[in-house]
Amino acid sequence: MTEPLLSVRGLTVEFPTRHGILTAVEDIDLDIMPGEVLGMVGESGAGKSMTGNAIIGLIEPPGRIARGEVLLKGQRIDNLPPDEMRAIRGRRIGMIFQDPLTSLNPLYRISDQLVETIRTHLPLSRDAALKRAIGLLDDVGIPDAARRIDDYPHQFSGGMRQRVVIALALCAEPDLVIADEPTTALDVSVQAQIIEVMKQLCAERGAAILLVTHDMGVIAETADRVAVMYAGRIAEIGPVRDVIKHAMHPYTAGLMGAIPRLGENLDRLSQIPGAMPRLSAIPQGCAFNPRCPRVMDRCRVDRPGLLEPVPGRRVACWLYPEEAQA
Amino acid sequence: MLAFIIRRLAQSVLVMLFVALIAFVIFRYVGDPIASMVGVETRLEDQEIMRDRLGLNDPAVIQFLRFVGNAMQGEFGISYRLQQPVTELILSRLPATIELAFASAMIALVFGVVLGVFTALKPKSLLSGAVMSASLIGVSLPTFLIGIGLIYIFSVELGWLPSFGRGEVVDLGWWRTGLLTETGLKSLILPAITLSLFQLTLIMRLVRAEMLEVLRTEYIRFARARGLTQRAINFGHALKNTLVPVITITGLQLGSVIAFAIVTETVFQWPGVGSLFITSVQVVDVPVMAAYLMFIALVFVLINLVVDILYFVVDPRLRVDGGSSGK
Ligand SMILES: Nc1ncnc2c1ncn2[C@@H]1O[C@H](COP(=O)(O)OP(=O)(O)O)[C@@H](O)[C@H]1O
Ligand code: SF4
Ligand SMILES: [Mg+2]
Repeated sequence: MTEPLLSVRGLTVEFPTRHGILTAVEDIDLDIMPGEVLGMVGESGAGKSMTGNAIIGLIEPPGRIARGEVLLKGQRIDNLPPDEMRAIRGRRIGMIFQDPLTSLNPLYRISDQLVETIRTHLPLSRDAALKRAIGLLDDVGIPDAARRIDDYPHQFSGGMRQRVVIALALCAEPDLVIADEPTTALDVSVQAQIIEVMKQLCAERGAAILLVTHDMGVIAETADRVAVMYAGRIAEIGPVRDVIKHAMHPYTAGLMGAIPRLGENLDRLSQIPGAMPRLSAIPQGCAFNPRCPRVMDRCRVDRPGLLEPVPGRRVACWLYPEEAQA
Repeated sequence: MLAFIIRRLAQSVLVMLFVALIAFVIFRYVGDPIASMVGVETRLEDQEIMRDRLGLNDPAVIQFLRFVGNAMQGEFGISYRLQQPVTELILSRLPATIELAFASAMIALVFGVVLGVFTALKPKSLLSGAVMSASLIGVSLPTFLIGIGLIYIFSVELGWLPSFGRGEVVDLGWWRTGLLTETGLKSLILPAITLSLFQLTLIMRLVRAEMLEVLRTEYIRFARARGLTQRAINFGHALKNTLVPVITITGLQLGSVIAFAIVTETVFQWPGVGSLFITSVQVVDVPVMAAYLMFIALVFVLINLVVDILYFVVDPRLRVDGGSSGK
């Protein structure tokens, strides 16, 4: 097997607050292979954005990476000096944020934002960078790119702006793109196109994607593997098809709406009762235990680690004993 | 763009007319113009004839229109006190005030922006804390106290700088400047600093607040995520967005600098329009007072207009027809 493009090992992000230290994400372990699309799902507040920000080194102080490592092609990047990390952002890891309406500087022409980013990372003349910028806008599907490039962000629609954002994230050909809910703020009618453009461009360039979304449909169509997050931890991670068909973690199963409850019609899909706990009130043992339909005594005492009971699939749940590991 | 400018011009004219009305009321009804012009020994019949000749018996509306007409030609009558055309008087005092106001505005703008940016970028540094505390003192101390304090330190105790007047001036024919002589420049320092301090702290706090706000925006985060340099982000992306609202306020402050110059000019006996106004008030020299009011209003209106147009130029979102194709 080839070396992973990105490896996250035991990543833990903490926020010191007046009421003690809050752990926003804990013990995140994941690998992304070159060119792979890893989906990431979970309720709001599960720590998806925090994981992405930690990888790219943009945790807002006073938040900090308390433990763990982030490795890019085997090289540790979580402890780099600020300027070296800056050189990696945009160049080797690109990022796409949720809201294209606020991601672009309103006072800068699209051309200036693109050229500035390209020239920050690549030794190109202004003209060459501009040419490349126009090519990129073409690639992301902006009609009449050569003419539109000198427009300001407000002259584009939301969908078109997100295309510009994708062009900006890809303009120095990064190996990995972190897309944090790239279509959540967009009109439903353009969401599929944006995902398609992003996926296609990354595929052409061999770039891997960490795709954060809460749309399981998008994950099913786009991702190779999926990581399910709950209360700051990974609940389950595995190939998309397997996870959708045979969810191992009760939370994943609930997300897929596939757990029949006693006394209920078997083909009626159920919601998971209750809500995800706040960071300050994560229960002892398994964070999911108050909501889990299959909770056991042990779940209320010990926290399950992320184990690999079946090759290629990892899950943090006491239902799958360690002995079952491959 | 053109429609916008025309609309703003129309508004400006309205404002000026309103101020003219106030100035007219002062001019016409504060005290008796005839009594101020002639001695007590003039016979009542002669006063009546003068009254008629000057049109003071005409309906108020006619008089007001005449006042506006004269004002538009820069005609504000004769100063009671100095027996000189008011316009001439104001114009001769204007260079002193403008040089003072301009120097103050430059000091306020440069130091205000630099300190504002610094305190926003390094909020935790000791120097930022010191600057912020000092700025609190700056806004709360009255101008004349600051002026007197500066005079005490730099003129009385240290003897470095003159405490009053404008120093030697050079007459350029249409403009008497103090900027070309050493004594002129030295004389400018203390009053300019005094006049600038209030605006300086205001601009600094504004820049700081705006900058902190901008640094929290998504487009700054996205700029970071693209790996732009700290320098490009802070002094390009963030500063440019910070300065858009700052331009408006700062521009408007220039108007108040000229208006506030009254106090500073009095403290430093600076021979500008402000001190002219103060002496006019003391002797109820009504034409000068009315003209000064119109002048200050004109300054504010003009500055407002320029600021609005500037704002328009800087912020592309306001330019509906700007750019190549708006869709
Ligand atoms: N500045 C902060 N201080 C304290 N907690 C924070 C801060 N920012 C985010 N969090 C917490 O971190 C957790 C993870 O947030 P996030 O990664 O944004 O979730 P998601 O993207 O999955 O919706 C949330 O519970 C959130 O409340
Ligand atoms: S560990 Fe226990 S509580 Fe947690 S998901 Fe598994 S069965 Fe449910
Ligand atoms: Mg999020």
